Amino acid sequence: MRHLLSAGDLTRDEALLVLDTAAELAQVSGRSVKKLPTLRGRTVVNLFYEDSTRTRTSFELAAKRLSADVVNFSAKGSSVSKGESLKDTALTLQAMGADGVVVRHSASGAAHRLAEWVDGSVLNAGDGTHEHPTQALLDVYTMRERLGRLDGLRVAIVGDVLHSRVARSNVLLLHTLGAEVTLVAPPTLVPVSVHTWPCSVSYDLDAVLPKSDVVMLLRVQAERMHDAFFPTAREYSRRYGLDGERFARMQDDAIVMHPGPMVRGMEISAEVADSARSTVNEQVANGVSVRMAVLYLLLGGS
Amino acid sequence: MCAQSRAERDSDAPGGSAAERVPEPARTVLDGPEMQRALTRIAHEVLERTKGGADVTLLGIPSRGVPLAARLAERIERVEGRTVPQGSLDITMYRDDLRLAPARALGRTEIPPEGVDGRLVVLVDDVLFSGRTVRAALDALNDIGRPRAVQLAILVDRGHRELPIRADYVGKNLPTSLRETVTVQLSEYDGTDAVLLGPAKPRAGAESPAAEEA
Repeated sequence: MRHLLSAGDLTRDEALLVLDTAAELAQVSGRSVKKLPTLRGRTVVNLFYEDSTRTRTSFELAAKRLSADVVNFSAKGSSVSKGESLKDTALTLQAMGADGVVVRHSASGAAHRLAEWVDGSVLNAGDGTHEHPTQALLDVYTMRERLGRLDGLRVAIVGDVLHSRVARSNVLLLHTLGAEVTLVAPPTLVPVSVHTWPCSVSYDLDAVLPKSDVVMLLRVQAERMHDAFFPTAREYSRRYGLDGERFARMQDDAIVMHPGPMVRGMEISAEVADSARSTVNEQVANGVSVRMAVLYLLLGGS
Repeated sequence: MCAQSRAERDSDAPGGSAAERVPEPARTVLDGPEMQRALTRIAHEVLERTKGGADVTLLGIPSRGVPLAARLAERIERVEGRTVPQGSLDITMYRDDLRLAPARALGRTEIPPEGVDGRLVVLVDDVLFSGRTVRAALDALNDIGRPRAVQLAILVDRGHRELPIRADYVGKNLPTSLRETVTVQLSEYDGTDAVLLGPAKPRAGAESPAAEEA
Protein backbone atom coordinates (compact mmCIF):
# COMPACT_ATOMS: atom_id res chain seq x y z
CA MET A 1 0.00 0.00 0.00
CA ARG A 2 1.51 3.29 -1.09
CA HIS A 3 -0.99 5.94 -0.05
CA LEU A 4 -3.48 6.43 2.74
CA LEU A 5 -6.43 8.11 1.06
CA SER A 6 -9.47 6.49 2.61
CA ALA A 7 -10.11 4.57 5.82
CA GLY A 8 -12.17 2.24 3.64
CA ASP A 9 -9.06 1.15 1.71
CA LEU A 10 -7.63 -0.54 4.78
CA THR A 11 -8.24 -4.24 5.21
CA ARG A 12 -8.82 -5.58 8.69
CA ASP A 13 -5.25 -6.87 8.88
CA GLU A 14 -3.76 -3.60 7.67
CA ALA A 15 -5.80 -1.59 10.15
CA LEU A 16 -4.77 -3.88 13.01
CA LEU A 17 -1.15 -3.63 11.88
CA VAL A 18 -1.36 0.17 12.14
CA LEU A 19 -2.91 -0.08 15.61
CA ASP A 20 -0.33 -2.60 16.86
CA THR A 21 2.54 -0.58 15.42
CA ALA A 22 1.13 2.54 17.05
CA ALA A 23 0.92 0.74 20.40
CA GLU A 24 4.64 -0.05 20.20
CA LEU A 25 5.56 3.44 19.04
CA ALA A 26 3.55 4.99 21.89
CA GLN A 27 6.39 3.92 24.19
CA VAL A 28 8.69 6.40 22.45
CA SER A 29 6.62 9.27 23.85
CA GLY A 30 7.49 8.13 27.35
CA ARG A 31 11.25 7.96 26.85
CA SER A 32 13.82 10.64 27.51
CA VAL A 33 15.02 10.49 23.89
CA LYS A 34 11.74 10.79 21.98
CA LYS A 35 13.23 9.98 18.63
CA LEU A 36 13.78 7.05 16.30
CA PRO A 37 16.22 7.10 13.36
CA THR A 38 13.88 5.23 11.02
CA LEU A 39 13.01 7.93 8.46
CA ARG A 40 16.38 9.69 8.53
CA GLY A 41 16.97 11.43 5.22
CA ARG A 42 13.33 11.26 4.10
CA THR A 43 11.30 14.37 3.49
CA VAL A 44 7.68 14.82 4.51
CA VAL A 45 5.74 17.82 3.22
CA ASN A 46 2.73 19.05 5.14
CA LEU A 47 0.54 20.59 2.46
CA PHE A 48 -2.30 22.37 4.24
CA TYR A 49 -4.89 24.30 2.27
CA GLU A 50 -7.18 24.54 5.29
CA ASP A 51 -6.62 25.74 8.83
CA SER A 52 -5.57 23.10 11.28
CA THR A 53 -3.83 23.02 14.63
CA ARG A 54 -4.12 19.48 15.86
CA THR A 55 -3.60 17.52 12.67
CA ARG A 56 -0.73 19.56 11.28
CA THR A 57 1.27 19.70 14.52
CA SER A 58 0.50 16.03 15.13
CA PHE A 59 1.83 15.01 11.71
CA GLU A 60 4.82 17.31 12.12
CA LEU A 61 5.68 15.85 15.51
CA ALA A 62 5.17 12.28 14.28
CA ALA A 63 7.48 12.82 11.29
CA LYS A 64 10.10 14.52 13.44
CA ARG A 65 10.04 11.73 16.02
CA LEU A 66 10.93 9.39 13.16
CA SER A 67 13.79 11.75 12.14
CA ALA A 68 12.23 12.78 8.83
CA ASP A 69 12.77 16.29 7.51
CA VAL A 70 9.50 18.19 7.63
CA VAL A 71 8.49 21.05 5.38
CA ASN A 72 5.34 22.90 6.36
CA PHE A 73 3.39 24.49 3.61
CA SER A 74 0.20 26.40 4.19
CA ALA A 75 -1.85 28.03 1.48
CA LYS A 76 -1.66 31.38 3.22
CA GLY A 77 1.54 33.19 2.34
CA SER A 78 2.45 30.81 -0.50
CA SER A 79 2.13 30.94 -4.28
CA VAL A 80 -1.37 29.53 -3.90
CA SER A 81 -2.57 33.00 -2.95
CA LYS A 82 -1.01 34.13 -6.26
CA GLY A 83 -3.21 31.66 -8.13
CA GLU A 84 -1.07 28.52 -8.42
CA SER A 85 -3.07 25.32 -8.93
CA LEU A 86 -2.89 22.25 -6.71
CA LYS A 87 -1.21 20.31 -9.50
CA ASP A 88 1.54 22.88 -10.06
CA THR A 89 2.14 23.12 -6.34
CA ALA A 90 2.34 19.34 -6.13
CA LEU A 91 4.81 19.14 -9.02
CA THR A 92 6.95 21.80 -7.38
CA LEU A 93 7.09 19.77 -4.19
CA GLN A 94 7.80 16.68 -6.25
CA ALA A 95 10.75 18.40 -7.90
CA MET A 96 12.09 19.14 -4.44
CA GLY A 97 12.05 15.42 -3.66
CA ALA A 98 9.23 14.89 -1.19
CA ASP A 99 8.96 11.24 -0.11
CA GLY A 100 5.61 11.79 1.56
CA VAL A 101 2.94 14.45 1.16
CA VAL A 102 0.42 15.03 3.93
CA VAL A 103 -2.44 16.94 2.38
CA ARG A 104 -5.46 18.76 3.71
CA HIS A 105 -7.73 20.45 1.23
CA SER A 106 -11.24 21.90 1.27
CA ALA A 107 -12.19 19.94 -1.86
CA SER A 108 -13.33 16.34 -1.46
CA GLY A 109 -11.10 14.06 -3.53
CA ALA A 110 -8.07 16.39 -3.52
CA ALA A 111 -5.86 13.70 -2.01
CA HIS A 112 -6.88 11.18 -4.70
CA ARG A 113 -6.00 13.65 -7.45
CA LEU A 114 -2.69 14.43 -5.80
CA ALA A 115 -1.82 10.73 -5.60
CA GLU A 116 -1.97 10.58 -9.42
CA TRP A 117 0.51 13.40 -9.80
CA VAL A 118 3.29 12.71 -7.32
CA ASP A 119 5.67 9.77 -6.94
CA GLY A 120 5.78 9.81 -3.15
CA SER A 121 3.19 8.56 -0.71
CA VAL A 122 0.11 10.72 -0.19
CA LEU A 123 -1.52 10.83 3.24
CA ASN A 124 -4.99 12.27 3.35
CA ALA A 125 -5.23 14.62 6.34
CA GLY A 126 -8.78 15.65 5.48
CA ASP A 127 -10.32 16.37 2.09
CA GLY A 128 -13.43 18.51 2.21
CA THR A 129 -16.37 16.66 3.68
CA HIS A 130 -15.04 13.33 2.44
CA GLU A 131 -12.46 11.54 4.60
CA HIS A 132 -9.94 11.90 7.39
CA PRO A 133 -8.44 8.42 7.76
CA THR A 134 -5.78 9.10 10.40
CA GLN A 135 -8.44 10.62 12.66
CA ALA A 136 -10.48 7.43 12.36
CA LEU A 137 -7.37 5.34 13.11
CA LEU A 138 -6.58 7.33 16.24
CA ASP A 139 -10.22 7.19 17.37
CA VAL A 140 -10.27 3.43 16.95
CA TYR A 141 -6.90 3.16 18.70
CA THR A 142 -8.31 5.15 21.63
CA MET A 143 -11.39 2.91 21.82
CA ARG A 144 -9.23 -0.20 21.87
CA GLU A 145 -6.97 1.27 24.56
CA ARG A 146 -9.88 2.29 26.77
CA LEU A 147 -12.32 -0.56 26.25
CA GLY A 148 -9.96 -3.37 25.24
CA ARG A 149 -11.91 -4.53 22.20
CA LEU A 150 -13.44 -3.38 18.93
CA ASP A 151 -15.43 -6.38 17.85
CA GLY A 152 -19.11 -5.85 18.66
CA LEU A 153 -18.48 -2.41 20.16
CA ARG A 154 -21.53 -0.13 19.85
CA VAL A 155 -20.50 3.33 18.71
CA ALA A 156 -22.81 6.31 18.37
CA ILE A 157 -21.56 9.18 16.19
CA VAL A 158 -23.61 12.24 17.00
CA GLY A 159 -23.90 15.61 15.29
CA ASP A 160 -23.11 17.20 11.96
CA VAL A 161 -22.58 14.01 9.94
CA LEU A 162 -23.32 15.78 6.66
CA HIS A 163 -20.23 17.97 6.79
CA SER A 164 -18.03 15.53 8.67
CA ARG A 165 -15.11 13.71 7.10
CA VAL A 166 -14.42 12.18 10.51
CA ALA A 167 -17.82 10.45 10.55
CA ARG A 168 -17.37 8.79 7.16
CA SER A 169 -13.84 7.56 7.90
CA ASN A 170 -14.91 6.24 11.30
CA VAL A 171 -17.94 4.43 9.91
CA LEU A 172 -15.83 2.69 7.26
CA LEU A 173 -13.01 1.74 9.61
CA LEU A 174 -15.22 0.67 12.52
CA HIS A 175 -17.24 -1.50 10.16
CA THR A 176 -14.04 -3.16 8.91
CA LEU A 177 -13.05 -3.88 12.50
CA GLY A 178 -16.39 -5.35 13.50
CA ALA A 179 -17.98 -2.52 15.50
CA GLU A 180 -21.61 -1.45 15.11
CA VAL A 181 -22.06 2.22 14.31
CA THR A 182 -25.19 4.32 14.72
CA LEU A 183 -25.24 7.83 13.31
CA VAL A 184 -27.38 10.25 15.29
CA ALA A 185 -28.25 13.62 13.77
CA PRO A 186 -31.16 15.82 12.78
CA PRO A 187 -32.52 14.63 9.43
CA THR A 188 -31.14 17.75 7.74
CA LEU A 189 -27.59 16.86 8.78
CA VAL A 190 -27.58 13.28 7.48
CA PRO A 191 -26.07 12.76 4.01
CA VAL A 192 -28.49 11.68 1.25
CA SER A 193 -26.35 8.66 0.41
CA VAL A 194 -26.24 7.38 4.00
CA HIS A 195 -28.14 4.20 3.09
CA THR A 196 -25.00 3.04 1.27
CA TRP A 197 -22.92 3.37 4.45
CA PRO A 198 -22.41 0.28 6.62
CA CYS A 199 -24.22 1.70 9.67
CA SER A 200 -27.63 2.52 11.07
CA VAL A 201 -29.18 5.97 11.50
CA SER A 202 -31.28 7.44 14.29
CA TYR A 203 -32.73 10.88 14.93
CA ASP A 204 -33.20 10.29 18.64
CA LEU A 205 -30.11 10.63 20.84
CA ASP A 206 -31.92 9.64 24.03
CA ALA A 207 -32.91 6.29 22.56
CA VAL A 208 -29.37 5.45 21.38
CA LEU A 209 -27.44 6.73 24.40
CA PRO A 210 -28.08 3.88 26.90
CA LYS A 211 -27.13 1.27 24.28
CA SER A 212 -23.76 2.78 23.38
CA ASP A 213 -20.26 1.88 24.55
CA VAL A 214 -18.80 4.94 22.82
CA VAL A 215 -20.43 8.29 22.13
CA MET A 216 -18.50 10.37 19.61
CA LEU A 217 -19.63 13.95 19.23
CA LEU A 218 -19.03 16.00 16.11
CA ARG A 219 -18.73 19.75 15.88
CA VAL A 220 -21.42 21.63 13.98
CA GLN A 221 -19.36 22.98 11.09
CA ALA A 222 -20.90 26.40 10.72
CA GLU A 223 -18.21 27.47 8.25
CA ARG A 224 -19.42 24.86 5.74
CA MET A 225 -23.12 25.63 6.23
CA HIS A 226 -24.69 27.82 3.61
CA ASP A 227 -28.23 26.91 4.58
CA ALA A 228 -30.43 26.74 7.63
CA PHE A 229 -30.05 23.17 8.87
CA PHE A 230 -31.73 23.64 12.25
CA PRO A 231 -33.79 26.46 13.76
CA THR A 232 -31.42 27.67 16.48
CA ALA A 233 -28.17 26.59 18.11
CA ARG A 234 -30.06 26.34 21.38
CA GLU A 235 -32.57 23.89 19.93
CA TYR A 236 -29.80 21.80 18.40
CA SER A 237 -28.01 21.71 21.71
CA ARG A 238 -31.17 20.67 23.58
CA ARG A 239 -31.82 17.72 21.27
CA TYR A 240 -28.34 16.58 20.22
CA GLY A 241 -25.92 18.06 22.76
CA LEU A 242 -24.38 15.85 25.45
CA ASP A 243 -25.00 17.56 28.79
CA GLY A 244 -24.54 16.31 32.34
CA GLU A 245 -28.06 14.95 32.56
CA ARG A 246 -27.70 12.82 29.40
CA PHE A 247 -24.19 11.82 30.44
CA ALA A 248 -25.62 10.36 33.66
CA ARG A 249 -27.89 8.08 31.63
CA MET A 250 -24.99 6.52 29.70
CA GLN A 251 -23.55 3.13 30.64
CA ASP A 252 -21.07 3.28 33.53
CA ASP A 253 -18.01 2.41 31.47
CA ALA A 254 -19.02 4.15 28.24
CA ILE A 255 -16.63 6.80 26.96
CA VAL A 256 -17.16 10.18 25.33
CA MET A 257 -15.03 11.15 22.34
CA HIS A 258 -14.62 14.30 20.29
CA PRO A 259 -12.25 14.86 17.37
CA GLY A 260 -11.89 18.55 18.25
CA PRO A 261 -12.14 21.44 18.08
CA MET A 262 -14.94 21.37 20.64
CA VAL A 263 -17.59 24.02 20.97
CA ARG A 264 -18.44 23.81 24.65
CA GLY A 265 -22.11 24.42 25.34
CA MET A 266 -23.11 23.42 21.82
CA GLU A 267 -22.52 19.71 21.14
CA ILE A 268 -20.86 18.99 24.48
CA SER A 269 -21.16 20.63 27.88
CA ALA A 270 -18.02 21.70 29.75
CA GLU A 271 -18.66 19.28 32.61
CA VAL A 272 -18.82 16.31 30.21
CA ALA A 273 -15.80 17.46 28.22
CA ASP A 274 -13.70 17.61 31.40
CA SER A 275 -14.91 14.35 32.93
CA ALA A 276 -12.61 11.37 33.38
CA ARG A 277 -14.58 9.42 30.80
CA SER A 278 -13.94 11.97 28.09
CA THR A 279 -10.97 10.93 25.94
CA VAL A 280 -10.43 14.23 24.12
CA ASN A 281 -6.85 14.75 25.26
CA GLU A 282 -5.96 11.09 24.99
CA GLN A 283 -7.09 11.21 21.38
CA VAL A 284 -4.60 13.99 20.71
CA ALA A 285 -1.76 12.07 22.36
CA ASN A 286 -2.68 8.86 20.53
CA GLY A 287 -2.80 10.83 17.28
CA VAL A 288 0.97 11.26 17.32
CA SER A 289 1.59 7.52 17.82
CA VAL A 290 -0.90 6.54 15.13
CA ARG A 291 0.57 8.98 12.62
CA MET A 292 4.07 7.72 13.41
CA ALA A 293 2.81 4.22 12.65
CA VAL A 294 1.26 5.31 9.35
CA LEU A 295 4.35 7.26 8.29
CA TYR A 296 6.58 4.33 9.18
CA LEU A 297 4.45 1.79 7.33
CA LEU A 298 4.16 3.97 4.21
CA LEU A 299 7.65 5.46 4.06
CA GLY A 300 9.80 3.11 6.15
CA GLY A 301 10.19 0.29 3.66
CA SER A 302 11.32 0.08 0.07
CA MET B 1 1.70 -1.35 3.99
CA CYS B 2 2.12 -5.08 3.99
CA ALA B 3 4.23 -6.29 6.83
CA GLN B 4 6.75 -8.75 5.72
CA SER B 5 6.87 -10.44 9.07
CA ARG B 6 9.02 -13.25 10.14
CA ALA B 7 7.43 -15.60 7.70
CA GLU B 8 10.68 -16.59 6.04
CA ARG B 9 12.33 -17.24 9.30
CA ASP B 10 9.51 -19.44 10.46
CA SER B 11 8.88 -21.15 7.18
CA ASP B 12 10.19 -24.46 8.32
CA ALA B 13 9.19 -23.99 11.90
CA PRO B 14 5.92 -25.82 12.61
CA GLY B 15 6.12 -28.55 15.18
CA GLY B 16 7.83 -31.89 15.41
CA SER B 17 11.14 -32.63 13.80
CA ALA B 18 11.37 -29.96 11.17
CA ALA B 19 14.29 -31.80 9.68
CA GLU B 20 11.87 -34.14 7.98
CA ARG B 21 9.73 -31.38 6.52
CA VAL B 22 12.52 -29.45 4.87
CA PRO B 23 12.96 -30.77 1.34
CA GLU B 24 16.74 -30.91 1.58
CA PRO B 25 17.97 -32.45 4.79
CA ALA B 26 18.83 -30.04 7.59
CA ARG B 27 21.28 -31.36 10.13
CA THR B 28 20.68 -30.97 13.86
CA VAL B 29 23.81 -29.40 15.31
CA LEU B 30 22.42 -28.75 18.79
CA ASP B 31 19.58 -30.81 20.24
CA GLY B 32 17.31 -30.00 23.17
CA PRO B 33 19.43 -31.28 26.09
CA GLU B 34 22.58 -29.75 24.55
CA MET B 35 20.84 -26.41 24.29
CA GLN B 36 19.75 -26.63 27.93
CA ARG B 37 23.30 -27.34 29.00
CA ALA B 38 24.69 -24.50 26.91
CA LEU B 39 22.21 -22.06 28.47
CA THR B 40 23.03 -23.30 31.97
CA ARG B 41 26.71 -22.76 31.27
CA ILE B 42 26.08 -19.24 29.94
CA ALA B 43 24.05 -18.43 33.07
CA HIS B 44 26.99 -19.49 35.24
CA GLU B 45 29.44 -17.54 33.08
CA VAL B 46 27.31 -14.42 33.40
CA LEU B 47 27.30 -14.79 37.18
CA GLU B 48 31.04 -15.40 37.24
CA ARG B 49 31.95 -12.52 34.99
CA THR B 50 29.61 -10.09 36.74
CA LYS B 51 30.53 -11.24 40.27
CA GLY B 52 27.08 -12.44 41.22
CA GLY B 53 25.09 -10.45 38.71
CA ALA B 54 23.70 -7.92 41.21
CA ASP B 55 23.18 -5.23 38.59
CA VAL B 56 22.51 -7.43 35.56
CA THR B 57 19.53 -6.75 33.28
CA LEU B 58 18.80 -9.28 30.53
CA LEU B 59 17.32 -7.93 27.31
CA GLY B 60 16.27 -10.37 24.59
CA ILE B 61 16.10 -9.32 20.96
CA PRO B 62 12.76 -10.40 19.36
CA SER B 63 11.73 -12.85 18.45
CA ARG B 64 13.93 -15.80 19.52
CA GLY B 65 16.13 -13.77 21.86
CA VAL B 66 13.26 -13.04 24.23
CA PRO B 67 12.52 -16.60 25.40
CA LEU B 68 16.29 -17.22 25.58
CA ALA B 69 16.65 -14.23 27.93
CA ALA B 70 13.76 -15.58 30.02
CA ARG B 71 15.46 -18.97 30.27
CA LEU B 72 18.75 -17.39 31.30
CA ALA B 73 16.98 -15.29 33.94
CA GLU B 74 15.28 -18.38 35.31
CA ARG B 75 18.61 -20.22 35.57
CA ILE B 76 20.36 -17.31 37.23
CA GLU B 77 17.53 -17.09 39.73
CA ARG B 78 17.83 -20.77 40.49
CA VAL B 79 21.54 -20.42 41.23
CA GLU B 80 21.58 -17.13 43.09
CA GLY B 81 18.06 -17.09 44.52
CA ARG B 82 17.52 -13.54 43.35
CA THR B 83 15.32 -12.28 40.55
CA VAL B 84 17.00 -10.80 37.52
CA PRO B 85 15.23 -7.99 35.62
CA GLN B 86 14.56 -9.09 32.08
CA GLY B 87 12.80 -7.67 29.07
CA SER B 88 12.90 -7.33 25.33
CA LEU B 89 14.41 -4.81 22.96
CA ASP B 90 13.00 -4.55 19.45
CA ILE B 91 15.48 -3.28 16.90
CA THR B 92 13.28 -2.99 13.81
CA MET B 93 13.27 0.80 13.74
CA TYR B 94 17.08 0.82 13.96
CA ARG B 95 17.84 -1.67 11.19
CA ASP B 96 20.17 -0.59 8.40
CA ASP B 97 18.27 -2.56 5.75
CA LEU B 98 14.79 -1.07 6.25
CA ARG B 99 14.79 0.36 2.77
CA LEU B 100 15.54 -2.98 1.16
CA ALA B 101 12.18 -4.52 2.04
CA PRO B 102 8.58 -3.48 2.68
CA ALA B 103 7.95 -2.05 6.14
CA ARG B 104 8.21 -4.76 8.76
CA ALA B 105 5.88 -5.34 11.69
CA LEU B 106 7.43 -4.24 14.97
CA GLY B 107 8.36 -6.55 17.80
CA ARG B 108 7.78 -5.80 21.46
CA THR B 109 10.03 -3.59 23.50
CA GLU B 110 9.63 -4.09 27.22
CA ILE B 111 12.17 -2.45 29.44
CA PRO B 112 12.03 -3.59 33.09
CA PRO B 113 10.79 -0.84 35.46
CA GLU B 114 14.31 -0.36 36.87
CA GLY B 115 15.37 0.99 33.47
CA VAL B 116 18.85 0.45 32.05
CA ASP B 117 20.68 3.44 33.53
CA GLY B 118 23.76 2.26 35.42
CA ARG B 119 22.90 -1.40 34.89
CA LEU B 120 24.96 -4.11 33.25
CA VAL B 121 22.83 -4.98 30.26
CA VAL B 122 23.29 -8.41 28.70
CA LEU B 123 21.77 -8.53 25.22
CA VAL B 124 20.51 -11.99 24.28
CA ASP B 125 19.88 -13.30 20.78
CA ASP B 126 19.77 -16.65 19.03
CA VAL B 127 22.25 -16.34 16.15
CA LEU B 128 25.21 -14.03 15.72
CA PHE B 129 25.97 -13.60 12.04
CA SER B 130 26.80 -10.28 10.36
CA GLY B 131 26.62 -8.35 13.63
CA ARG B 132 24.19 -5.83 12.17
CA THR B 133 21.37 -6.73 14.53
CA VAL B 134 23.66 -6.15 17.50
CA ARG B 135 24.75 -2.82 16.04
CA ALA B 136 21.08 -1.83 15.80
CA ALA B 137 20.46 -3.05 19.34
CA LEU B 138 23.30 -0.88 20.67
CA ASP B 139 21.76 2.12 18.95
CA ALA B 140 18.32 1.30 20.36
CA LEU B 141 19.76 0.90 23.84
CA ASN B 142 21.50 4.24 23.54
CA ASP B 143 18.13 5.96 23.08
CA ILE B 144 16.65 4.28 26.13
CA GLY B 145 19.33 5.02 28.67
CA ARG B 146 22.97 4.72 29.64
CA PRO B 147 23.94 1.27 30.91
CA ARG B 148 27.13 0.85 32.96
CA ALA B 149 28.22 -1.76 30.44
CA VAL B 150 26.72 -3.87 27.67
CA GLN B 151 27.53 -7.52 27.05
CA LEU B 152 26.28 -9.95 24.45
CA ALA B 153 25.06 -13.52 24.98
CA ILE B 154 24.38 -15.62 21.92
CA LEU B 155 23.19 -19.18 21.43
CA VAL B 156 24.97 -19.82 18.12
CA ASP B 157 27.87 -17.87 16.62
CA ARG B 158 28.02 -18.76 12.93
CA GLY B 159 30.77 -16.34 11.94
CA HIS B 160 30.90 -14.05 8.87
CA ARG B 161 30.93 -10.79 10.82
CA GLU B 162 30.52 -7.60 8.81
CA LEU B 163 31.08 -5.30 11.78
CA PRO B 164 33.62 -5.27 14.61
CA ILE B 165 31.35 -7.03 17.09
CA ARG B 166 31.92 -10.13 19.21
CA ALA B 167 29.91 -12.05 21.77
CA ASP B 168 30.83 -12.27 25.46
CA TYR B 169 28.94 -15.52 25.99
CA VAL B 170 28.54 -18.13 23.26
CA GLY B 171 26.43 -21.28 23.42
CA LYS B 172 28.07 -22.90 20.42
CA ASN B 173 30.56 -21.77 17.83
CA LEU B 174 29.34 -23.07 14.51
CA PRO B 175 31.60 -22.64 11.50
CA THR B 176 29.33 -22.25 8.47
CA SER B 177 29.57 -21.31 4.84
CA LEU B 178 27.62 -18.27 3.68
CA ARG B 179 25.39 -20.55 1.63
CA GLU B 180 24.15 -22.47 4.63
CA THR B 181 21.23 -21.46 6.84
CA VAL B 182 21.08 -21.72 10.59
CA THR B 183 17.63 -22.17 12.09
CA VAL B 184 17.02 -21.98 15.80
CA GLN B 185 13.88 -23.66 17.07
CA LEU B 186 12.63 -22.96 20.56
CA SER B 187 9.78 -24.78 22.27
CA GLU B 188 8.08 -21.43 23.01
CA TYR B 189 7.62 -20.84 19.27
CA ASP B 190 8.28 -24.08 17.47
CA GLY B 191 7.32 -26.78 19.97
CA THR B 192 10.84 -28.13 20.10
CA ASP B 193 14.38 -27.06 20.99
CA ALA B 194 16.98 -27.49 18.27
CA VAL B 195 19.52 -25.72 16.11
CA LEU B 196 19.46 -26.87 12.50
CA LEU B 197 22.07 -26.37 9.82
CA GLY B 198 20.69 -26.57 6.32
CA PRO B 199 21.64 -25.63 2.77
CA ALA B 200 20.73 -22.16 1.54
CA LYS B 201 17.13 -21.67 0.52
CA PRO B 202 16.92 -21.27 -3.23
CA ARG B 203 16.08 -17.57 -3.33
CA ALA B 204 17.61 -15.90 -6.34
CA GLY B 205 20.11 -13.19 -5.63
CA ALA B 206 19.20 -12.99 -1.99
CA GLU B 207 22.06 -14.00 0.20
CA SER B 208 19.88 -12.07 2.63
CA PRO B 209 21.04 -12.94 6.06
CA ALA B 210 18.03 -11.01 7.34
CA ALA B 211 16.19 -14.10 8.44
CA GLU B 212 18.97 -15.67 10.42
CA GLU B 213 21.31 -12.86 11.17
CA ALA B 214 22.03 -11.63 14.62
